Order: sequence, then structure tokens, then C-alpha cells
Amino acid sequence: MSVTVRTLSELLMPPSVADSPLSTQEYFVNMGPQHPIAHGSLRIVLLLDGETIRKVIPVPGYVHRGIEKMCEHMNYRKIIPLTDRMDYLSALMNNWVVARTVEMAAGIETNARIETIRTIMSELQRLQSHVLWWGVLGMDLGAFTAFLYSFRDREIIGEIFEETIGARLTMNYIQPGGLMYDILPDFVSKVKKLLGYLRPLINEYDALLSGNAILQERLRNIGILDGKDAISLGCTGPVLRASGVPYDLRKVEPYGVYDKVDFDVVIGTKGDCWDRYYVRMEEMRQSIRIVEQLIDNLPAGPYMVTKYNARLKLPKGRYYGQVETARGVLGAFIYSDGDGDAPYRMHFRSPNFNNLWAVTHIAPGWRIADYISIQSSLDLVIPDIDR
Amino acid sequence: MGSKIGTMGTEELEQLVITLEPRCRKRQSADRAAVIAPVAELDSLMRKLRDEHLLSFDLLLDHTAIDHIQEGRFELVYLLYSTRHGHHLMVTCDVDRANPVVPTVSEVWPIAHWQEREVFDLFGIGYDGHLDLRRVFLEDDWKGYPLRKDYTDPDMLEPA
Repeated sequence: MSVTVRTLSELLMPPSVADSPLSTQEYFVNMGPQHPIAHGSLRIVLLLDGETIRKVIPVPGYVHRGIEKMCEHMNYRKIIPLTDRMDYLSALMNNWVVARTVEMAAGIETNARIETIRTIMSELQRLQSHVLWWGVLGMDLGAFTAFLYSFRDREIIGEIFEETIGARLTMNYIQPGGLMYDILPDFVSKVKKLLGYLRPLINEYDALLSGNAILQERLRNIGILDGKDAISLGCTGPVLRASGVPYDLRKVEPYGVYDKVDFDVVIGTKGDCWDRYYVRMEEMRQSIRIVEQLIDNLPAGPYMVTKYNARLKLPKGRYYGQVETARGVLGAFIYSDGDGDAPYRMHFRSPNFNNLWAVTHIAPGWRIADYISIQSSLDLVIPDIDR
Repeated sequence: MGSKIGTMGTEELEQLVITLEPRCRKRQSADRAAVIAPVAELDSLMRKLRDEHLLSFDLLLDHTAIDHIQEGRFELVYLLYSTRHGHHLMVTCDVDRANPVVPTVSEVWPIAHWQEREVFDLFGIGYDGHLDLRRVFLEDDWKGYPLRKDYTDPDMLEPA
């Protein structure tokens, strides 16, 4: 139990008077919609007192395309390419959540080969996403070298995707009932080469940025999010785990072949920006570990268990499936009315939409410069907020 | 999937919820434990679901709505999860389409504050007691609620 004691003067006086003898004026500042730390179009209205943040008002909606409305006019295969355009750094996991929910609803059993390739691809993408996040966090905090390193290495993972999938960003690869294409014969050797290349690089990232005194000063003890608050604010993924809650779908409700591999759920102790930083650094190592265990024993079998152009009709009902993307729990809610091959209602529980609002809780009281650290450590992808 | 995980089975979970709030009914055609709650009991039910230690649903995973235009009602869907017990529950609530107002659950789970704003923006559901009910994606002066089945817009290719 925690008791918070407030004072009447605190309630009645404007905050500027309450903690400072000087009379100051509060004012609003717009950050965005075009701001380098938004990584997209996200408008943040800050109520400032000097440089101290009093209130944060996020204004999303600049990339709202009505994906859920579009889904109501499309069959389940046509929905897959739309999901690429939500969280474009977790496109494969976005594909997977629709494929998984539809498979559960329609009773489609996939084989071990499909699930293993899905898991490998998703972990490679998680790795790619975290590598990019690391570089972008460095850039946001003024360390441009990190950005160059991360883009160099992100390309190398992207080339593996491009060779198998034919796309670098909008994958459209994981389909209900299987995969769009089988992997190429040299996929295994190339992934092994990539892992050999990346494993020492994560240590290099640590040496380059993590130990930097300026970075530590700007991340440690900044923007502390308590575990209990994180749950009630609907946070998931690395943001929740950094607050010390070991909730990782890959462990709690295993899907794919996550129950057959050995990996650790990384958690933080304090929930500050540094914990959110370090949880992701460790998750990169865990992703490499997962892929290493799977890549040698790829089971044989077909890469698609249904006909590609088979009509997928779901029985009447409400279905909800979820996967763990690089940013948290992505859920797909389908209500099928039983006739037609399009969903009557399709809704995506997006991890970024739910993580975004944590800033309104943790940012007040910090300075503008700290806000950069806080938002960067949440790793938001704006098109996934707006859908 | 969700219903099999956790310590309690689907039937057991539904029965416990109905014991707590006798006016709830079981929801058919759902892939997990699901109940229908009347609008009047929604607030007290949600508080019990969070606070009852056998249930302790501390995470509101998702909140959305379905427009059943033929039957003249909106169906509100709340997807709950308990990080302590690892079980899922779907709470649905039918509300009249002509006057869709329900009590807010943002006092129970703060994230509902923004999830309800999204449903308000796209479906036009009113949340009684909500402290900051504003549109979240669309402009403040936008006409209509796009995810309703009878929504039309001059720019739409196929009018509803």
C-alpha cells in the first residue's frame, strides 16, 4: 500500500508558484507533427513552465488511414498487406497475428516447418527493429555515429529478407495457412553468417554507446515507470518488462516454436529510461540465441498447408489472437458474422497506441531534454498508433 | 488458445463472474471465457473483476465496439487479462444504437481513458464520467463516426 499525501496549497496554486518563489508563466509548445524524435508524424503539445514539463498532450491521427474500415471490405488474405503498413518495423509479426487468429478460428493446423520459419523470421525482424531503435535513440540524443552503425547492420538483415521475401519493409510473407514462399537453399548458411557477424557487434554497440557517460546521464533515473502503473496504463513489451514485470507472450502463452527454444525474458528493476534501453540490448542477444537454436534443424515439409487462393470463411464468432512484436502485444480481434469471407469487424490492439499514453504519466516534472530520452526509450512507431 | 491457459477453466471462470454479478449472462460464440454485462452493472462488475483476488484482472488489453446495425445495438468488447493468474476474459455489453451511453471504466484501468476515446472517435459511444472525452484520430469538427456501418462520406468509393 502506498499513501500519497497532497496539500491544499499544491492544489490551489499554479504549480509554478507552488515550488518556486519566482512568479513564472506557463505556456504551450508544439513538438511536431514534424519533429525528428517523432519518427513519423506525431504531435505532442507540452505545457511548460520554463523548461519543466507540466503536462503532455499527445495528438495522434496524422497517419490515420482507416485500416480497420478497409478490412471490412477485404478477405483475410488481402488484409495481410495492410498489416505491413501499421508497425512497419515488425511487419512479419503483424502478418503473423492475422494469420494466427484466422488459423485458430478456421481450425487450420500448420506444420513444424512453417512455424519454425515464422519464428526465425520474426526473431530476425525483432533484431532488425531493435538495431534500428538503438541507432535512432543514439541520434535523438546527439550520437550520430550510432545511427550510421545501425543502418549499416540493418541493411544486412534486410538483404536476407529481400532474398527470401522479395521486400525489405512491407513483407506480406506470413499467410493464413503457411508462408508466401519457401526459403532459398542458401538461406541457412546466410543466416548463420549473419549471426556470426552480429553477435560481436552487439558488444561493439555496448562499447560504443552504452558505456558513454553522457548517454547514461541522460537515461539513468529519468522517466521512471513503476511496474504497477505500467500494467494499469496498458503498457506491454520491453516498456513493461523494463518496469520489472516478466510478461512476455513468447514465454507466457507460447506460439510458433517458442516453447521448444531456450531463452530468457529480460526484465529491468527500476523502469527508468536506462532499463528500457538495456532490456532491448539484451533482447537482441536473446533473439540471436533463439535463431541459433532453430537454424540448424529446419524440419521438412510444405511451406503452405492450404491452397493459396482457397476461400477462407470463418464461422460466426469473436476471435482474438495475439503475438509479441518488437514493441509489445499486438492483438487482432475479429468478429465474423458467418457469411462472406470478409470480417464484419476487425480491430487491432496495437502496442504503440497503448504504450504512447505512458508519456502523460511519466514525463511531467522532467525537462524538455529528458522528454527526448523518454519518448525515444518508448520506441514508438507512429503508423501503428494511428492505423 | 487463451481460454486453456491459466489456472481456471473457461466454464469455471464464467461461473465465478456470474456468481459475483448475477445479472451477467454467458456469451456464446466467443473463443474464450466471455460474459454479457448489462449497462447498469458494468461499472460495479469491472471493479469486482479487478479487485476480487481470484480474478484480479489488472490489464485491460483492449476495448473496442461492434456495430450490429441490423439489431439496432452496439456491442462493446473489453478484453481483460490477469498478469497474476494468466487468464483471459471477454466482457461484452450491449447498448442501444440510438442512445449509446455507457459508464466509463477509466477509473478502474487508466488505459481505458484513451481506448474509450478511440471508440468514441470512431463509433460515437458516449462514456459517462469520462474526464476528457475528445476525438483522438480525427479532427474535432469531423462529421459522423467512420466505423459505424451506415457512415457515408463523399470521398468513399463505395457508399454504404
